[in-house]
Amino acid sequence: MSKVRVLVGTRKGAFILTSDGKRGKWDVSGPHFSGWEMYHLKGSPADPNRIYASQTSGWFGQVIQRSDDGGKTWHQPGTPPGESTTAPGGMPKGESNKFVYDTSAESGKALTTHQFYDGTQHPWEFKRVWHLEPSLTDPDTVYAGVEDAAIFRTTDGGQNWKELPGLRGHGTGPKWQPGAGGMCLHTIILDPSNAQRIYIAISAAGAFRSDDGGKTWKPINRGLRSQYIPDPNAEVGHCVHHIAMNPSRPGVLFMQKHWDVMRSDDAGDNWREVSGNLPTDFGFVIDVHAHEPETIYVVPIKSDGEHFVHEGKLRVYRSRTGGNEWEALTKGLPQSNCYVNVLRDAMAVDSLDKCGVYFGTTGGQVYVSADAGDSWAPIVRDLPAVLSVEVQTLP
Amino acid sequence: MIRVILPQHLRTLAQVQGEVELGVERPVTQRSVLDALEARYPMLRGTIRDHGTQQRRAFLRFFACHEDLSHESPDAPLPEAVANGKEPLLIIGAIAGG
Repeated sequence: MSKVRVLVGTRKGAFILTSDGKRGKWDVSGPHFSGWEMYHLKGSPADPNRIYASQTSGWFGQVIQRSDDGGKTWHQPGTPPGESTTAPGGMPKGESNKFVYDTSAESGKALTTHQFYDGTQHPWEFKRVWHLEPSLTDPDTVYAGVEDAAIFRTTDGGQNWKELPGLRGHGTGPKWQPGAGGMCLHTIILDPSNAQRIYIAISAAGAFRSDDGGKTWKPINRGLRSQYIPDPNAEVGHCVHHIAMNPSRPGVLFMQKHWDVMRSDDAGDNWREVSGNLPTDFGFVIDVHAHEPETIYVVPIKSDGEHFVHEGKLRVYRSRTGGNEWEALTKGLPQSNCYVNVLRDAMAVDSLDKCGVYFGTTGGQVYVSADAGDSWAPIVRDLPAVLSVEVQTLP
Repeated sequence: MIRVILPQHLRTLAQVQGEVELGVERPVTQRSVLDALEARYPMLRGTIRDHGTQQRRAFLRFFACHEDLSHESPDAPLPEAVANGKEPLLIIGAIAGG
C-alpha cells in the first residue's frame, strides 16, 4: 500500500509524520534540529529519499540540511569536516549555508537597494531561506527563495548556492517593499510542461515569471488590486501570500493575496478575483486538489490586523468551480474558541487516489483530511507553531 | 592549545561535546581562532561571522577572562591567558528572544 510522509517545519524544530494510505495512524519523528526555526522542508520529486531543509535562527543564521534516506539522518552538504575548505589554488569550496548576493560586475551590479518599510531605499540583506523547491528531474538541483527577496539555485545537492541575479536586476527592484513578515520570496513553482518556466512570488512585490530558466524575469501582476499602496493597480508592490498550481494544468494559477483570492488562466499574464462568497478573503494558504484542477482550498483569516481564523472557527473553504463558489469544511475542526493562523507554506496535498489535504497551524496542530476535505482529524496537536507543511506520496 | 566554548546549538551542529581545542599560531586573535575553528568545523562558517563581511553576528558575543571582547578588533591579541590555554574563549548567544 502507498505511504505518505508529511514534512513539518516549526518554530522550534522539524517533525516528520508518516502513515500508510489510510492516513489514520501516524508515526511521529522529531524534533529534528531542535530549537531552530525550520522554515521549510521539501523532498525531491526525482528521488523521494532526498529531502532538503531550511534551518535558520536569528542567532546563528542559515543552515541548509539534506537527508538522503527519507529524513532518518541529516547532514550539511557543504565541505565535510576535516577536509580543506579551499581547493588547490585557494578558491573556497562549498559551504552549504552560504547565500551571498551576486554583486559581480558581469551580472549582479544592477541592484543594491529596495524600498524599506518607511519608503527609503535600503540595501539588500540576507536573512533566511523561506522556501526550497527541488527540481522535478534532478535531485541535486534545488531553488531557494530567500529574504531579502532573491532566488538562488544549487546544482550540486546543496553544496553551493548561486543567485539567479536576473530577478533582482530586471528593473522593478527599487520599488519592492517588505511585507510585515519581511521581504521574502516564499513561492517557487516549476512548470512540469516547460522546463524553462518558473513562477515566483514575493511579499510584498508580487508575482514574477521566467521563461528562460531563471535568467530573465517579468512581473505578472496585471489584474491585482491593492488599495493600500499609492497606485492600487501598480505593476509591482502587491503582497502576494501564496500561489498554487495543479501540475496537470500548468498555466492555471491560484493566488491568495493580502485580501483577495485570484485566478489566472494564462500563466499569470492576467488575474481575476474569485473570492466570491468567502466570509473573508484575507488568508495565507491556497492549494489545489491533486486530481481535480478546479478544486481549490483556502483557510480564511479574519483580517490583516487580526491574524486568526474568522469567528473563532477553524474552517477550510473549498471551491469545486475554480473559485467564486465556496463551501465551508468544518467536520473535525474546532468551531469555537479557536484563534490560530495558518501560514502561507503550511498546506499541502498528497496524490493518493482519494486526495489527502493537510495543514498546520500556529497553535501547533497538523490536520489531515483523507477525503479531500470532507472530514478532518488532527495528526498531532501540540507541536510548536507550524511554519510549513509538505507531503510526499510514496509507493 | 586554544580552548573555545561554543553555544549549545553550535556544539550540536559541529557534533562536539564540551570544549573545543585548537592549535593556533601566535598572534592569537579573534580572527585567527575563528579561522582555525571554521577550518576544523566548516559547518560553522556563517554561524558566528557573517559570510560576506566576516563581522561577528549581531546576537553573539565573545567573552574571555570575565571581559566582553565583542567590540575589540578581530585582529587584536586575545588575553595571554587565552593564548596559553589557561582560559577559554567563550562564544555566547544572546539570551533574549523566543
